[in-house]
Amino acid sequence: MEPIISIQGLGKTYAGGFTALNNVDLQIKRGEIFALLGPNGAGKTTLISIVCGIVNASHGKVTVNGYDIQRNYRKARNEIGLVPQEISTDAFETVWAAVKFSRGLFGKAPNPAYLEKILRQLSLWEKKDNKIITLSGGMKRRLMIAKALSHEPNVLFLDEPTAGVDVELRQDMWEMVRGLQDSGVTIILTTHYIEEAEEMADRVGVINHGELVLVEEKNILMQKMGEKELSLNLPEPLQKIPDALADLPLSLSGDGSQLVYRFDVKSEDTGIAEFLRRLNAVNIEFRDLHTRESSLEEIFVNLVNGARREREELLSKETQE
Amino acid sequence: MNWYGIAAIYKFEMARTWRTLMQSIASPVLSTSLYFIVFGAAIGSRMGDIDGVSYGAFIIPGLVMLALLSESISNASFGIFFPKFSGTIYEVLSAPVSAFEIVAGYVGAAASKSIILGLLILLTARVFVDYEIAYPFWMIIFLTLTAVTFSLFGFIIGVWADDFQKLQVIPLMIITPLTFLGGAFYSISMLPEMWQKITLFNPVVYLISSFRWAFYGVADVNLGLSIGMILLFLLLCLTTIWWIFRTGYRIKT
Repeated sequence: MEPIISIQGLGKTYAGGFTALNNVDLQIKRGEIFALLGPNGAGKTTLISIVCGIVNASHGKVTVNGYDIQRNYRKARNEIGLVPQEISTDAFETVWAAVKFSRGLFGKAPNPAYLEKILRQLSLWEKKDNKIITLSGGMKRRLMIAKALSHEPNVLFLDEPTAGVDVELRQDMWEMVRGLQDSGVTIILTTHYIEEAEEMADRVGVINHGELVLVEEKNILMQKMGEKELSLNLPEPLQKIPDALADLPLSLSGDGSQLVYRFDVKSEDTGIAEFLRRLNAVNIEFRDLHTRESSLEEIFVNLVNGARREREELLSKETQE
Repeated sequence: MNWYGIAAIYKFEMARTWRTLMQSIASPVLSTSLYFIVFGAAIGSRMGDIDGVSYGAFIIPGLVMLALLSESISNASFGIFFPKFSGTIYEVLSAPVSAFEIVAGYVGAAASKSIILGLLILLTARVFVDYEIAYPFWMIIFLTLTAVTFSLFGFIIGVWADDFQKLQVIPLMIITPLTFLGGAFYSISMLPEMWQKITLFNPVVYLISSFRWAFYGVADVNLGLSIGMILLFLLLCLTTIWWIFRTGYRIKT
């Protein structure tokens, strides 16, 4: 199936000379939830802003549902709803006036029934005649989403949707996003909360220093990059790891009561059997054991650090030459 | 053409006007009325006619222009400055509206408001001073043309300004002096000869002169020249706005 968003060779250098995006290629599949992950200043918002028409690209090509965002900007923008990172609303407007305005702005004929449906979905219907200034932070954020959905877009961009949102509301937000996906909307969210991507996304893209470091199915990514840990609880704490086991990838918890063995899920021989045998040979007993997969967070940190190391190595090589 | 989009911006801006009725309509009407009372009714009764028109009536077109210029500029500049300031501009930029449609919505609303205000001031003036309108059709044309032109100018200021001070500085430091020196309270033939020449560099002279002509059939400067100057300024504003949207100046990075 044709991707709903296709980004080719996209780059952005700001007037000051700062390169926010560097040759980004990315395809978003229809109906998926795609999480764009990266540290602050990595280029996530710039990428979204270009696709939505708020920032002009320096080079590259973007199509939304087949429409070029420059030559066919009306049709392209009709496909998209944007919830920006910062809550910015007209404080003295009512909720109802705000969603009506958004729908009109996108060239859609009035449809009070549809707007009512959205406001009800987002638990804002009771507040429809209230001025925006009287809403709580969470309600304002939901209003931003209602505005973005008011023109029935096929793609929804959520830029840091849960930044500064409490845990309960975050759960609600995730719930809502899944509901939207079920109704056929493609969702692209940016976040620097890894658990958000882990919880929500079908695919994950990692962006760092304006470059797309990796794009992968979330499950495959976690499998591929995943390290597992085998933790043993010891009845008698150890002072240090015995010399006989020093060649193994082991670590000891602070109080010496837990011995952790790290292994790679990908490799054919995990070495667990060997490890347990040698443990037995040095007479270390254990009470209990459990294994743990590394989270997306650890994968992410590894990736970003890896990229940094590579660049530093490259730099030091260049300076040596 | 995205008519719903234009209507949405237009209605939004007009709603802001009604919401702030005291500030946006009542206050300019009141302050202009004070001029009518002080200069028209009180002092004017001691002054001789100018070009066969009583002083109280003579200053009416100039005073309407004064309010029209400052209100057009402040409405239109605030209308586009505030979304930039508050961040809500993202929505307009990401919407399928063309530059023309954005300007039509914002400037159309600002100009409408000024025209309503101008007519209200004329009505109020009737309470204090007797006047007639020789060419009502042309009066409306000049009123509209000025409102649109200076709303466009205000839009440019609103785009250019990146703080509240800049938003105020051009209306206060340039437009107000130009209006007072543009013949609102006198005929430029009353000035010393050198100043009569210098004053022709003041664009407001042409606005007031042609507007006053629509009332009393007398003008300080040639009518054709006045219309030409207004159209020239209109063209200048349109070109600047075209450039703003082409380059994304202060709107898009």
